[in-house]
Amino acid sequence: MIRQATSCIIEMRKVCKAFAKPSGEPLPVLEDIDLSIREGEILGLLGRSGSGKSTLLRIAGGLIRPTSGDVVYRGEPLSEPAEGIGVVFQSFALFPWLTVIENVEAGLDALGLGHDEARRRAMSAIDLIGLDGFQSAYPRELSGGMRQRVGFARAIVIEPVLLLMDEPFSALDVLTAETLRTDFLDLWIERQLPTKSVLLVTHNIEEAVMMCDRILVLSSNPGRIAAEIAVPLAHPRNRLDTEFHGIVDEFYSILTSRTTESIGAQSRIHGGLVQPLPAVPTNRLAGFMEALASPPYQGRAELARIAGALALDIKDLFPIAEALHILEFAELKEGAIKLTAAGRIFAQSGTEERKRLFAEHLLRFVPLAAHISRVLNEREGHLAPRVRFESELEDHLNPSGTEQTLLAVIDWARYAELFTYDDETRTFITSNHSAS
Amino acid sequence: MEHYAELLIGGPWYKRFPSWRDAAATLLVLAIVILLGSGAHQMVAPLVAAQQPEISLSPSALPVYALRTTMRMLAALVASLIFTFIYATPAAKSRRAETVLIPLLDVLQSVPVLGYLSFTVVFFVSLFPGTSLGPELAAIFAIFTAQAWNMAFSFYQSLITVPADLDEASRGFRFTGWQRFWRLEVPFAMPGLVWNMMMSMSGGWFFVVASEAISVGKFQMALPGIGSYVALAIQQRELAGVGWAIVAMSVTILIYDQLLFRPLVAWADKFRFEQTAALVVPRSWVLDLFRGARLLRLLGEPIGRAVQSGGRARLALPRKSRWRLVFELPDRAGDVAWFGFLLAALAYVGWKLVQYAAPQLSWGDVTIAVSNGMLTLARVVILIVLATVIWVPIGVGVGLRPKLAEKVQPIAQFLAAFPANLLFPVAVYLIVKFALAPKIWLSPLMILGAQWYILFNVIAGASAFPSDFREAAASFRIRGWRWWRQVMLPGIFPYYVTGAITASGGAWNASIVSEAVSWGPTRLSGSGLGAYIAQMTEAGDYPRIALGVAVMSVFVITMNRLLWRPLYAFAQRRTRLD
Repeated sequence: MIRQATSCIIEMRKVCKAFAKPSGEPLPVLEDIDLSIREGEILGLLGRSGSGKSTLLRIAGGLIRPTSGDVVYRGEPLSEPAEGIGVVFQSFALFPWLTVIENVEAGLDALGLGHDEARRRAMSAIDLIGLDGFQSAYPRELSGGMRQRVGFARAIVIEPVLLLMDEPFSALDVLTAETLRTDFLDLWIERQLPTKSVLLVTHNIEEAVMMCDRILVLSSNPGRIAAEIAVPLAHPRNRLDTEFHGIVDEFYSILTSRTTESIGAQSRIHGGLVQPLPAVPTNRLAGFMEALASPPYQGRAELARIAGALALDIKDLFPIAEALHILEFAELKEGAIKLTAAGRIFAQSGTEERKRLFAEHLLRFVPLAAHISRVLNEREGHLAPRVRFESELEDHLNPSGTEQTLLAVIDWARYAELFTYDDETRTFITSNHSAS
Repeated sequence: MEHYAELLIGGPWYKRFPSWRDAAATLLVLAIVILLGSGAHQMVAPLVAAQQPEISLSPSALPVYALRTTMRMLAALVASLIFTFIYATPAAKSRRAETVLIPLLDVLQSVPVLGYLSFTVVFFVSLFPGTSLGPELAAIFAIFTAQAWNMAFSFYQSLITVPADLDEASRGFRFTGWQRFWRLEVPFAMPGLVWNMMMSMSGGWFFVVASEAISVGKFQMALPGIGSYVALAIQQRELAGVGWAIVAMSVTILIYDQLLFRPLVAWADKFRFEQTAALVVPRSWVLDLFRGARLLRLLGEPIGRAVQSGGRARLALPRKSRWRLVFELPDRAGDVAWFGFLLAALAYVGWKLVQYAAPQLSWGDVTIAVSNGMLTLARVVILIVLATVIWVPIGVGVGLRPKLAEKVQPIAQFLAAFPANLLFPVAVYLIVKFALAPKIWLSPLMILGAQWYILFNVIAGASAFPSDFREAAASFRIRGWRWWRQVMLPGIFPYYVTGAITASGGAWNASIVSEAVSWGPTRLSGSGLGAYIAQMTEAGDYPRIALGVAVMSVFVITMNRLLWRPLYAFAQRRTRLD
């Protein structure tokens, strides 16, 4: 018991987090999370947007308190940011009015060090992270990569036992992200960092497999730990290894089966009326279907391959796949996506035919669209206020889910010429009745 | 969707429609104004004026007067800054404090500054009888009321929009409340605060000039300063003296701008939150001089370091002080107690109001004040329309020519800052000389200082108009009236509204000094609410001054709520792409 407590930096037991809905009822974001971060490991948290992975990282950092459950940090319950935890943010979160070195020193303010001691420690962190020569620059003068290096230096200067990284590379371009990842891994492998454990939140599967020793997959709505996979590969890892590929593929199949299960489950609640829809514009859906229909895929592709070829990460790829699956233009299965017969026809048709087909599928497979359309037809004047549908959705989805779902249904219905929406008056209108 | 706007007369417009809070806040402020007025009435007897120095009309006295006037401005600025920190912080951090403080601020900024100067003079003079400290404080207070409200609004606005990631980063660093305030909140608020300080300063000159020489009934005061100099010149019909004062004021404003505000704006640029480099970086030769001077830097470093470590000190603001307990009671019980308390306070104030005002004021007085208000309202509306028709085309013409805009913009800003009341004697002299009708010809004075806000905002809008829109319009051959209606006017609309709101507020304020003017023994009155307040002030009739001020506040608030606010919200909604 005691041995286990010392080898774990942080431990969560039955952690739940709920935010309040507009009605005041709780909306669960995370449910029954049990996890422990062990000494000497990089633990990955992988999930799609809305899976609560960033919330979980903030709970580990003491920035957010869980609704229920325990968080134990080095044997003590954690209720607010504690000494020895450093955070690296996706948006860098640098103070724009401080220079690089002042930003790094800001991390030390809470320790109450003298000016000279603070300067010395800040300089050595800057050295370590490769920011030499940039000390006196302001963040706005730096490129994204350099800014995130400041973010790293600022987290490392407090000599953290636990480093929390919230999608640290996702705001950077591909090349810069790769350099930063490699540099960080080098420091980590050579044990130049005082840090004992790292928690990395990401939606990039390859990044997770590249960096982590163990990866937890979070499912969405509410977030639960869906799978745990160890990555037994030695560093430095090679993306082209078959073993590497095998692990990446495994993640894709876990995520696809999670996605289809969740779509299936949602379609059984309230006749699918409150199914969350991904707000993917129709142009993107059409473009993806065209790519999938043409060689080399000929209608079927491994998600891992097509993601690489089209340079999409899972936060872009899965919403497309999910939308096509819901609309039954494609089918997701075991890490692959396959166009249905309708999908093939869509890919080969002209605009009018595409619109007709899309309208048909929208009415058949998206109960919300059919519902709005029916309400509009029954109504005098063919108008209905947005708030009516919004309140129906809000009972089941969080505010951003509601917003996204309505955004999706409006965009799709406009394309299909089923109905349209007037933002000025916040009402839905049947297409042929709107002033044109 | 919520729309926020940071405006001189606006602040965060979190509600588009008036709510019960506005009504409550309006009642509270008006009641206080009227009660103070009635109170001053009883206090006026023992007023002892200090031995006041003679004002000299010699031009050689002007530099010293200008310095005294400037010192009052600075003192008021410091007071406003302290007020801002103390007032806006609880408003942003406690939901309950916010429900009172923000509507209150909104009403306070609608109260015409010069209107209640008469009671504040009485109040301060009775606090420090026999010294000139009383009148000095009253003048400083007048400037303070001209700038504190919008600075507090801007700071509040910044506090509630601190970016989530910086908030999390500073919580992650375990900053104390003190460290957070100086390391995160104040720097983040700085650009907005400096901009608002600058805008208020423009109004400030107007009020400092107006508040230096005041007579309320039998009580007269004249503080050494440019305002008193002009007042004396008017009394003695010295047009040359007025000319000297105008020169001195212009020089003062230019120096003030170069030595204080330009460096401040250039310095505050580093607090800009946008991570991209600015296209035009504000520069100041004074700041460059200080930054370049090595000896000065060497001397300044310990001071800078001391200030920094002051902000970095791990001072823990007391976590559970009494003050907090009041605001942080458990939700339900606390809300009931808090709103119960507010309701009781309002009822008490309302009852007192009726008790005081009833014997002194009749409904007839209210009718007179309101009908005067209608006349002033008509003037404000007509003048804003006229100024719009004149300055919008000119502003667009200038704004679309970057070279020209660069030259005109500082002039427009200077004109907006220049206290127009110094120019009144010139106009009055002309009206007297040509025997023009005062009811018509006094009106333009109201907008004399305020019209420039429309001009420079329109110039700013036209300069910021995206060039690809202009090119698109040109390639589709959109010309003439269609070009104005579909391209340019929508493009500058939000800027125009900002300028027009400021101009309208300025015109109301100016009415008190512009509707009733004098030139030596000749008195001209244009009627209207401003003239009403001015005449009551001269007669020392406090209850009616208070009534006039209250009526004017109601007019201004109503106009803001029913016209400007919806217009601004509309402008915000219609001109964004995402």
